[in-house]
Amino acid sequence: MLEIKNLKAQVVDSDDLILKGINLSINPGEVHAIMGPNGSGKSTLANVLAGKPDYEITDGEIHFMDEMINEFPPDERSHLGMFLAFQYPAEIPGVRSYQMLKSSLDSKNEYFKKQKLSVREFSKFYDQKVKDIGIDTELTKRSLNFGFSGGEKKKNEILQLSILEPKLAILDETDSGLDVDALKAVSDGVNLMRSDDRSFIIVTHYQRILNYIEPDFVHILVNGEIVKSGTKELALDIETNGYENIISSLGK
Amino acid sequence: MPTPDSISRETDLSGMDEYKWGFTTDVDTELAPKGLDESIVRLISTKKEEPQWLLDWRLKAFRHWEKLLHDSKEPNWAMVKYPPIDFQDIYYYAAPKSMAEAPKSLDDVDPEMLETFEKLGIPISEREKLAGVAVDAVFDSVSVANTLDDQLKDMGIIFCSFNEAVKNHPDLVKKYLGSVVPYSDNFYSALNSAVFSDGSFAYIPPGVRCPIELMTYFRINTEGSGQFERTLIIADEDAYVSYLEGCTAPFRKTSQLHAAVVELVAMKDSEIKYSTVQNWFPGTKDGEGGVYNFVTKRGKALENSKISWTQVETGSAITWKYPSVILQGDNSIGEFYSVAMANNYQQADTGTKMIHIGKNTKSTVVSKGISAGKGQNTYRGQIKIMPSAEGAMNHTQCDSLLIGDKCGAHTVPYIEVRNSSARLEHEASTSKVSEDQLFYLMSRGLSEEEANHMIITGWSKDVIKELPFEFSLEATQLLKVSLEGAVG
Repeated sequence: MLEIKNLKAQVVDSDDLILKGINLSINPGEVHAIMGPNGSGKSTLANVLAGKPDYEITDGEIHFMDEMINEFPPDERSHLGMFLAFQYPAEIPGVRSYQMLKSSLDSKNEYFKKQKLSVREFSKFYDQKVKDIGIDTELTKRSLNFGFSGGEKKKNEILQLSILEPKLAILDETDSGLDVDALKAVSDGVNLMRSDDRSFIIVTHYQRILNYIEPDFVHILVNGEIVKSGTKELALDIETNGYENIISSLGK
Repeated sequence: MPTPDSISRETDLSGMDEYKWGFTTDVDTELAPKGLDESIVRLISTKKEEPQWLLDWRLKAFRHWEKLLHDSKEPNWAMVKYPPIDFQDIYYYAAPKSMAEAPKSLDDVDPEMLETFEKLGIPISEREKLAGVAVDAVFDSVSVANTLDDQLKDMGIIFCSFNEAVKNHPDLVKKYLGSVVPYSDNFYSALNSAVFSDGSFAYIPPGVRCPIELMTYFRINTEGSGQFERTLIIADEDAYVSYLEGCTAPFRKTSQLHAAVVELVAMKDSEIKYSTVQNWFPGTKDGEGGVYNFVTKRGKALENSKISWTQVETGSAITWKYPSVILQGDNSIGEFYSVAMANNYQQADTGTKMIHIGKNTKSTVVSKGISAGKGQNTYRGQIKIMPSAEGAMNHTQCDSLLIGDKCGAHTVPYIEVRNSSARLEHEASTSKVSEDQLFYLMSRGLSEEEANHMIITGWSKDVIKELPFEFSLEATQLLKVSLEGAVG
């Protein structure tokens, strides 16, 4: 479903490559963790996949759902089934999550020339998801992410994930700044969404979240390159020994 | 290579596309000759079979205006630029011919005109009454029809065209006309007082709460004609009324002048809520044509009364408009909620005046200015606390949003306090639609246009929520249409 070939990317109008040739292949239903020290390019990879206009791809290809999406705008990537759970979700005053998600689904259905959900159908669907994820209904009445705590923002991202039902969900440091209870709640929401045809990329600094969301593969990203891939044991190794061992074994 | 001609034709068409209200209606029009002199003022008055006192008032206004014109007293302090207006090149009276004999019912109204209202989305029909709206539609200068319910009549509510009010309720008109905005108030109020052709009139008797929203739709149809309507609304003691006005004008390459006067009188313990969705033709993308909207709106609030102005201004090439409240009675309240948009070459200089005279008077100002393209948006507001206004309070919040880097937002507050017990607060902010917000919404599947629209309507919500429900939907739609092409 996702095939990344020799992907190189940098901030628009800069000369410093951040991603220096990433190769990654993800099949339906797989959970991949991407770990790495600060500044290794983890979040950049997540944002480049989602199409953030701050970055430009200088080489390589991203194939998603049988399309080469290098030039696709973020909304079209979303329609194809990509979802990015943001590390820092933007605050949008005066807009409720309900309203935003209804528009999202409407746009998607329009893209595939499908019937839009009626307000009633959507409300029912929305209310059920709010219940499943365990979000305080008071929160859904407030402006999107506006004045939300860190945990509330992340939970709200998972609510969006569950409503948009993507093919590939990218979680960008979703665990950062969460206490144990919030981390567990967020992980439960993600696990609820795991299925044979839905894949996940979990971008994280720490192994902690992988105790709750068990990955099939773990990749270590250092200085814009995947330097080591393995299974969940690799993550445990990092937890014990840090990134230093791996970096020094690279001889760099 | 296209000739200049074909380029300008293309421009026209693109403009037409974007301004979906840009149709004209092909009805016979009865025009007075272009230009303005005393005989035109007399002609208008005669056409309307007005009493002598009103003709006299018009003539006084006309002479005052002539003097202002002679002394070059056209207001020039607003932050708007436009070529000098040739006041002799305007039609001051245009009545659709088929209206020469006033229609007795909807059956008598020109079908084509009714179709126009259909296009505008104002069905003058039973459905309408069910929706709880009584409409008084002013087409060019003559009021076409209104759907005033018998129910309203039974309650003693008067809602009719201004001309009918002059005929049927001359005492009320005579008592209140010019009582809030004297003809001598300013250049355009003098012009309007001299040549106003029709408008709306509403009177709510003491203790009556008007059960439905009263509504007027204004439309300029004739090319080169000015529109000078006059609205007078009186809420008697302990009465309540919510009044809505909507405006559109067809696509024209020449500019059109609209100079209206609105007067509100809120007697003791009463409340008037006045909502406007202004969508006059804004001109083409290249700044050709469009309506010059020079309007004087003011309310007088007596003891314990409340006047609330809510406006969504998306149209007009130039907007010059300051809906104001004279807080004369003790404990009276004035409110102003505004969203003003300036896209392409539009210029808006708008705001309010709150004049505190009574004790413990309160005013609230929430102004949201959106600038896009090469638009220039100015908030100009005056808060004046007179020595008698013990314990007066004002809160002003003034936000500007910029889209792109060729537009401008300006804030010009005037604050004058002559009583030391007054409390005033002024908050102002300027922001841009952030890249992070856009990316966030787009990554959820919204197109750039939709994402911008959502951010902007969310940002304007404090004002839009003050509008009656159906109007708020229309306003949101308008913001969307007006912003098309502003992003990307």
